[in-house]
Amino acid sequence: MGIEEKLPAGVLLTSVEKLAGWARARSVWPATFGLACCAIEMMQTGGPRHDMARFGMEKTGSTPREADLMIVAGRVSQKMAPVLRQIYDQMPEPKWVISMGVCASSGGMFNNYAIVQGVDHIVPVDIYLPGCPPRPEMLLDAIFKLHDKILNMKLGAQRDAEITELEQARLNMLPLHVSAPADHAAAEFGSEL
Amino acid sequence: MTATHVTGAATDADAAEGRVYDVAGEDWDTIVGDEERSSAGERIVVNMGPQHPSTHGVLRLVLTLEGETVAEARASIGYLHTGIEKSMEYRTWTQGTTFITRADYLMPLFNEVAYCMSVERLLGIEDKLPERAKLIRVLLLEMNRISSHLGGLGPFGMELGATTIFLQGLRMRENVLDLFELITGLRMNHAFIRPGGVAQDVTKAHLEAIRGFLKKAPKWVKDLRTLIDANPVFVARTRGIAYLDLQGCMALGVTGPMLRATGLPWDLRKSQPYLDYETFEFNVPTADTCDAYGRYLVRMAEVEESLKIIEQCVDRLAARGDSGDDPFMIQDAKIGWPARLSLGPDGMGPSPEHIKHIMGQSMEGLIHHFKLVTEGFRVPAGQAYVPVESPKGEIGCHVVSDGGTRPYRAHLRDPSFHHMQAVAVLCEGGNLADVIPAIASIDPVIGGVDR
Amino acid sequence: MSTPGQPPAEANGDGNLPAKLGEERLTAPVVRTGMFGIDGTSDTSGYGRLVVHKPLPQSSSRPYGGYFDAVADALGTALSADGAGLDDAIERVAVEHGELTFYVRRASLPAVAEKLLHDPALRFEVFSGVSGVHYPDEAGRELAAVYHLLSITHNRRVRLEVRAPDADPHIPSVTSTYPAANWHERETWDFFGIIFDGHPALTRIEMPDDWPGHPQRKDYPLGGIPVEYRGTKVPPPDERRSYYS
Repeated sequence: MGIEEKLPAGVLLTSVEKLAGWARARSVWPATFGLACCAIEMMQTGGPRHDMARFGMEKTGSTPREADLMIVAGRVSQKMAPVLRQIYDQMPEPKWVISMGVCASSGGMFNNYAIVQGVDHIVPVDIYLPGCPPRPEMLLDAIFKLHDKILNMKLGAQRDAEITELEQARLNMLPLHVSAPADHAAAEFGSEL
Repeated sequence: MTATHVTGAATDADAAEGRVYDVAGEDWDTIVGDEERSSAGERIVVNMGPQHPSTHGVLRLVLTLEGETVAEARASIGYLHTGIEKSMEYRTWTQGTTFITRADYLMPLFNEVAYCMSVERLLGIEDKLPERAKLIRVLLLEMNRISSHLGGLGPFGMELGATTIFLQGLRMRENVLDLFELITGLRMNHAFIRPGGVAQDVTKAHLEAIRGFLKKAPKWVKDLRTLIDANPVFVARTRGIAYLDLQGCMALGVTGPMLRATGLPWDLRKSQPYLDYETFEFNVPTADTCDAYGRYLVRMAEVEESLKIIEQCVDRLAARGDSGDDPFMIQDAKIGWPARLSLGPDGMGPSPEHIKHIMGQSMEGLIHHFKLVTEGFRVPAGQAYVPVESPKGEIGCHVVSDGGTRPYRAHLRDPSFHHMQAVAVLCEGGNLADVIPAIASIDPVIGGVDR
Repeated sequence: MSTPGQPPAEANGDGNLPAKLGEERLTAPVVRTGMFGIDGTSDTSGYGRLVVHKPLPQSSSRPYGGYFDAVADALGTALSADGAGLDDAIERVAVEHGELTFYVRRASLPAVAEKLLHDPALRFEVFSGVSGVHYPDEAGRELAAVYHLLSITHNRRVRLEVRAPDADPHIPSVTSTYPAANWHERETWDFFGIIFDGHPALTRIEMPDDWPGHPQRKDYPLGGIPVEYRGTKVPPPDERRSYYS
């Protein structure tokens, strides 16, 4: 990528990370992938009351080539899925994805033939935002969490280490179950998590 | 491109950037005539969408261009198809409301009311709806009309590049959404209008808030009008654009503001009234220019008329007092939704009075509550179609029942779907830049188009 | 719904009655149905319900009321001017819930549509829409196409219903009379498989172009997936146990 790839881990790299994280987080340009009802709430988030422009996000990239963040707002139908993937591929690194709304996160209330049951089947998602549709304040909260993530993102060799660490944490995560017996859960979900 | 020289050229210019005309006294028509004939084969096919900031949603347009002129315009839809109608076949009649409301998400209450009125017609309770329920429905529908028109006007401006119109329109729309949140609990996709009435009551506090809105709304509308009505750029981009006269509208079955912009004052609230609309005083605005600008004028005028109707609703509701003996859901124990929600110390839940009633006072009440919520009421077999006048045109839900607790078939006749057929008629022959205001003047919502 | 159980091997009169006092115990278990002992559903209320899957085809008789008679008369006159009679084209007329429905024979649909549009007494200019309904229980008449028309001139509405069998799902198209039917017929083809003969471009409109099957037919599954949550799996809506049919 750039200078950060070549810097050895140390205080210099950490400073570059801080600077890059700060710069990236303060000017995230969304490639608004507004599809359905969540798109209306995303529009309202860009509206005067809950102003996304305060956070540097007003340049809603019409083109994915200039965008950092893809907010998948709305239900993704089977016909739209290849388009979604193509837009994601057209975005340059670094890029992040917020799946806004339950339909984007998991298929939502539409558990049927026509809707992809979660855009994480198609693109990797950084922040899942539930809601039907989520209020603009909720979308702003998701964006803040993403800003947090971007601010603290490591670069270069430290990034690889960070990714390995996160993957290990995921693999070791215990399944969320309340009352099912342990062996039942392991049989059902053991290999899926 | 190499330079070409027209007959009669005096000098030999060698330009690298295109055709160079050296004219010396010919008629302009002869020069241009040759040009037209020679470039007749140069057509480009341009694909706009489905992800595009200006296509009003997930719409794909395949345009065949000759220069700037659109030779063919084809709309390709289906990118938001959700299977709402089929999903409804697996849910109860009341749960169907939550699905149908998400079809056209800018006017969710109209989807709901179209569906609920068809169900009520099949149930035979059309004329047994409580007065209060009808008033609340009209109130919410007119508020939805305002929010839908503004939600269409905002993106209209944004697609033309006028982000100020976008922000101003959304600013007023926020206030309407605040009112929705106050009354129904949600800013959109309310699932509030249910077969038999509405889900919750409108109280004095709500009416106060609506009155506050009504005080300020005329000024907001005036501000918007000042911004847009005589805006030279807006007028230049919409006047004379996307012309569809009455004959065209009739051929394509177009209703709503597009039809009223041709001069015909056809409005289902006046011609085939429902929900006691004949008792309200309002006008049906028309324009006679048949173009995008006319449609904009019709929509703004409809916003102003809706404000009048809302005021009349508020007055009537205030005169009725609280809903002690004034139900907002049909009192038939086999149909009316049983639960009354209230906000308690631990969150929202069934109201304590209702719990006391079903747990302490009435076994039948408990059974009815249980059966109505889990199983739902049964609707006699048959089919019904009750159309209402939505902000976009005529919307109706063709509902077929087999006598059971689930819709056998529910089809939403959405005006956006119907009017998108007019895209070709509106755009062909015009410029590429006119495609945007043409589609925006149809005011389609792709959720309704695709369902 | 509860299915009839197997009668016991013993001839005990009516196999469903409990054993009488003093009688021999039966060697095979009695499976009782109806009020006591159900299978096939979790409905333990004890009362099965009357399921009307095939509502009796309603046919109204004259006078229909309101403007419906005028419409039927005008249609009859218009059709007979061409030599066909009302009964050739219309199977039956139903007036329910204040709505007029003509059940049109599919071969006569173009003629009926043309008369409904052009005849001055009818003038149903506005084509509201076509949609399909699939009745797999009605053999030979499974697919229905339902047309809604509006007359602005006379402020009237009418519904047409045309049936076609699954084996031969062809219905003539009305796009030559009502251009607005174009997309609606494409949608009905997409979702039900009804082929509209004479349609200029009958292709899929909502589903992807290469989608197999017609999703809104009753024999097409809803297509959901089971939802995992905290150790349990909730099956998709079409596979959940139901307390009613």
